[in-house]
Amino acid sequence: MTEVLRLENLAKSYGQAQVLKDINLTVRKGETVCVIGASGSGKSTLLRCVNFLGYPTGGRIFLEGKLVGREVIDRSGRTEMRYREAELCAVRAHVGMVFQQFNLFPHMTAEENVMIGPVKIRGLSKAEAKARAAEHLQRVGILEKAGAYPGQLSGGQQQRVAIARALAMEPSIMLFDEATSALDPELVGEVLLAMRKLAQEGTTMLVVTHELGFAYNVAHRVIFLHEGTIHEEGTPEEVLVNPKKPRTQDFLRGVTTFRMPEPRIAPA
Amino acid sequence: MPYDWNFTIVLRYLPQLLEGGLHTIILSAAAIALAAPIGVVMGVIRQQRVPILAPIAVAYIDFFRTSVALVLICWCYFALPVLIGVTLSTFTAVTIAIGLQASAYLAELVRAGLQSISVGQWEAARALGMGTRLRLQYIILPQAARRMIPVFFLLVIEVFKTSTLAGFVTYPEIVYEAYRVATDIYRPIETFTIVGAICFVFLFSLGRIALYLERRYAVVER
Repeated sequence: MTEVLRLENLAKSYGQAQVLKDINLTVRKGETVCVIGASGSGKSTLLRCVNFLGYPTGGRIFLEGKLVGREVIDRSGRTEMRYREAELCAVRAHVGMVFQQFNLFPHMTAEENVMIGPVKIRGLSKAEAKARAAEHLQRVGILEKAGAYPGQLSGGQQQRVAIARALAMEPSIMLFDEATSALDPELVGEVLLAMRKLAQEGTTMLVVTHELGFAYNVAHRVIFLHEGTIHEEGTPEEVLVNPKKPRTQDFLRGVTTFRMPEPRIAPA
Repeated sequence: MPYDWNFTIVLRYLPQLLEGGLHTIILSAAAIALAAPIGVVMGVIRQQRVPILAPIAVAYIDFFRTSVALVLICWCYFALPVLIGVTLSTFTAVTIAIGLQASAYLAELVRAGLQSISVGQWEAARALGMGTRLRLQYIILPQAARRMIPVFFLLVIEVFKTSTLAGFVTYPEIVYEAYRVATDIYRPIETFTIVGAICFVFLFSLGRIALYLERRYAVVER
């Protein structure tokens, strides 16, 4: 299948602190890749580099096979990437981002939140954008709240509107940065179900999550990030059930210390 | 010694005082109209730390924020003709003086307003592919403006009061007229009491409008 995103030797450091080292990753069309790992392992930094909310300090990013930025060779003979803000705006417009804190625009209704990107960036007419907003709000099951302001919605509803906002740009890839971590526990399910639906519909997704059950059931591939590097990667079965590396095992042991039987209730 | 209050005689001069009040309002409005665009631009430049321009904005803001209004009025009216040969009407001179000073306050208000918007809002707009101009225009400034309403009206009230210094260069604003009336009829206490009442009614109504706008455009946040 065609590749949508390729990271080559991606690195990111803040001064002396190396947050990401030598990340090589390819995400293909229609694929869902889940990134797991401890806090501070660089998961969020990785996503933020992909849509250039944070600038990588090394390596190259290819979106739809096209290198983002321009390579230059500096005086000491090292290659460096140069990025132009206009190009990055275009890249961001093709990369959907869903934040942990939703970050809906509070002065706009749900519908307006979804319309603003298509209207101002894609140049759609109000009517076209309205139709598109309805389509994507419907996809995440929240069309009936189109006229509501974010402040009138629950966290789960807000996050689904935020997903629709990103989808309405019809991006090449959707990034989810711990999309359910800020939610009340009972609202996590509705957002994860919406995300699974997108995955099943063939949306290309790179998902940073602590929801291992979601990763196991939905991801095509799981990546375990440790100290800024890809420590282990494979199918959900390989990484989550039969982890080979001690660090991955430690992580999973910590996350699943206590277990309980499946509740005897009908699944959602 | 009992004082023999006499408001009736002052009321005969009410039209003159009200006309002064009207002049004060026009002057304040002109000053705000001048201050608004300059203040927004300066505030954005400073908050965005625009290269080269930001230090200029900082110097501009510091200068006008720390200068005395009466001195500025004096400079615009008396010093400019001497220095660069430009003669301004009293109205124009005072509008520039008070407007520029208000623009410095407003710039700081805008900066604070922009800074009060969470990083997440900037990032969400950025993630949609919006450049700086779109982000400010559609996402950040509309939210900041709502938060700025109460303090903005405070600034309007300050400008209104400061504009009463315009009498110093003989612009016929309300206090100048009051002074003329008071010396005509030897009733300064009554005259200035009436002036106080006129100003109170106007500013109080303005405050109510501000409160209404604040509630009308309040954003429910959680």
